[in-house]
Amino acid sequence: MTDADAHSRRAFLQSAAGGVCLLLSASAWAASAPVTPAEKLVEARYYEKLPHRKIRCLLCPRACVIDDRETGYCGVRENRNGTYYTLVYGKPCTLHIDPIEKKPLFHFLPSSATLSLGTAGCNVLCKFCQNWEISQSRPEQLPALDLPPDKLIALTRQKQCPVIAFTYNEPVVFTEYMYDIAQIAKAGNRHTVMISNGYIQEKPLRDLCRVLSAVKIDLKAFSERFYREMVSGELKPVLDSLLILSQEKIWFEIVYLVIPGQNDDSQELKALCRWIVRELGAQVPVHFTRFHPQYRLTNIPATPLRTLEHARQIGLDAGLHFVYSGNVPGHPGENTYCPHCQKVLIQRIGFAVAANRLGDGVCPHCRQLIPGVWK
Amino acid sequence: MTISRRKFIRNAAMAASAVSLAPWSANITRGAARSRVVFSHTAVPEGREEAVRCLHALDRGMEALLQRPVREAWASLFSSSDVVGLKVSCLAGRKFSTHVALVQAICTRLEDIGLKKGQIIIWDRLDSDLDNAGFVLNRNPQKILCMGNDAVGYSRELYEYGSACSRLSRLVTERCTAIINLPVLKDHGIVGISAGLKNFFGAIDNPNKYHVACGDPYVADVNMFAPLRDKVRLTICDAMLAQYEGGPPYMRQWNWPYQKLLLTQDMVALDRLSWNIIAKKRRQSGLPSLEETGRTPGYIHTAALHGLGNDDMKQIEVVET
Repeated sequence: MTDADAHSRRAFLQSAAGGVCLLLSASAWAASAPVTPAEKLVEARYYEKLPHRKIRCLLCPRACVIDDRETGYCGVRENRNGTYYTLVYGKPCTLHIDPIEKKPLFHFLPSSATLSLGTAGCNVLCKFCQNWEISQSRPEQLPALDLPPDKLIALTRQKQCPVIAFTYNEPVVFTEYMYDIAQIAKAGNRHTVMISNGYIQEKPLRDLCRVLSAVKIDLKAFSERFYREMVSGELKPVLDSLLILSQEKIWFEIVYLVIPGQNDDSQELKALCRWIVRELGAQVPVHFTRFHPQYRLTNIPATPLRTLEHARQIGLDAGLHFVYSGNVPGHPGENTYCPHCQKVLIQRIGFAVAANRLGDGVCPHCRQLIPGVWK
Repeated sequence: MTISRRKFIRNAAMAASAVSLAPWSANITRGAARSRVVFSHTAVPEGREEAVRCLHALDRGMEALLQRPVREAWASLFSSSDVVGLKVSCLAGRKFSTHVALVQAICTRLEDIGLKKGQIIIWDRLDSDLDNAGFVLNRNPQKILCMGNDAVGYSRELYEYGSACSRLSRLVTERCTAIINLPVLKDHGIVGISAGLKNFFGAIDNPNKYHVACGDPYVADVNMFAPLRDKVRLTICDAMLAQYEGGPPYMRQWNWPYQKLLLTQDMVALDRLSWNIIAKKRRQSGLPSLEETGRTPGYIHTAALHGLGNDDMKQIEVVET
């Protein structure tokens, strides 16, 4: 690394640390923060114009009908005089370099440094959201950076991050920004991953599959009741999205946050795992992760370890090949095992890879092919 | 659950003293007695002469509402130590927002009872909305203050009631000791009508999350957040212009000069009457009812069930001046 590189790395880390500050103290800073640059609005994609200056958004299953001067449910896409605009194009409010394991994606370029970004807004309202201070905010409430796609790609190159992750809030709500970054990244042989709730209509999802490298879907539960009461969303469109990802043959993994007493019923978990094996295939990695009290669910304790272990066992019993326990650093359930010979292939401690014995996606012991994107 | 006689009496006494300490706080006794809504006639203020008429309409309305001379009426609601927030409605731009002339008239009367200019804050969601509606932004406390929530931010604390959970404008939580609600009367494409209760969606950080299910119970729940429930002392609905279809944006073809100010201390009663006004106008114009368009403003009844006011027409007294 040259001195120039070292300097810019330091500058970058400073700005990334600034991002952390923005995330943590947005409301306190709102009065004085200079940040958001003059408005340069980009017209939204995926909408139709209706009479009397109304529009219908065709991005997510809500299909909001939006009056002039109003935003949709996500709060970041606004109708202005009958034209629909994204308010967050090129305006991430948080930016970090994370290991890919933090997303988590366990079968996608292990240990990769991932430039991760998010904006304001979300198209659901999870009572347990851990990033609610940005996901449930609107653009005017958060200081944001000025990073159009070309600048972001240049930054990624400068910092030698092979992967860009769209994460923290729900990336679907900034789909235009995400798509344009992913398209440029793909042309330059860089990878992009979307960390999403899967609450998106078919057309924009299929479009994204053409430019993204991988997707992680947060499947919040396997019941409409939970989605209705805890997420203000629906399960069916998320399952449809998973089927589309499978059809499009893009690499994807599933995360299921296990919340005590809310979505940890054994029958529900069995039904979920059977559905995945039947509809998506046994090779899809499933992560059962630990819940910590957040946002509006501070009255529920963290998930007991035995519940996570039980969920993992249900997944294995259902025939899934790769079932992980998440948010439990050092637990054996974080490791990748060969489904044929059961040897440890990738050993993890939290977000760090302690050992990777997987050569070219093949088990070194029994030559079993391990699905994923390994190089 | 049982409660001792002594404890019951003590609690009852505490509740009674709370009421007596806050004579202006209609919220505490709302729902218990008849609610008064005053319809004060006035022309749409376009020039200086009309602005004076607007002030006269305001004075007539306040006298009728509180049944005492103008100055005493204002002094019965606000003290010279209050910081009074004037929550206007500016989303629809200059053609269909709370009229500047009405706000000026209110400021005049507040100054008459001893408030300094810096103790009056005109506010709405965004600086740009206020600017577009013709208000002059100002942060200099030597003048009447005027600013959007975006200028000061939102509380760190989350306020939660029923299905609603939001951060409130810091103007509500930290700056104002009292609030005058100054909505406009309009049809609303999702929640049916927008008048008194709905105007406080402009005080929270996440109104986009509550424009579902016709806003029921969200509109009612937001108005139960303690700082709003405790600080709103007066509502003056600017119905000099009103709109019976196509809201919340301004739609010339459905906008009409209703030429009234509606004054009350009961937002639920105001909203109930506003629904009637819009329903009648829609009938006259051959439009389907709000119920038929799937936009029944059920949140009004929910607000009544919360104890925020009366939606029973038998309990609402209408006074015309």
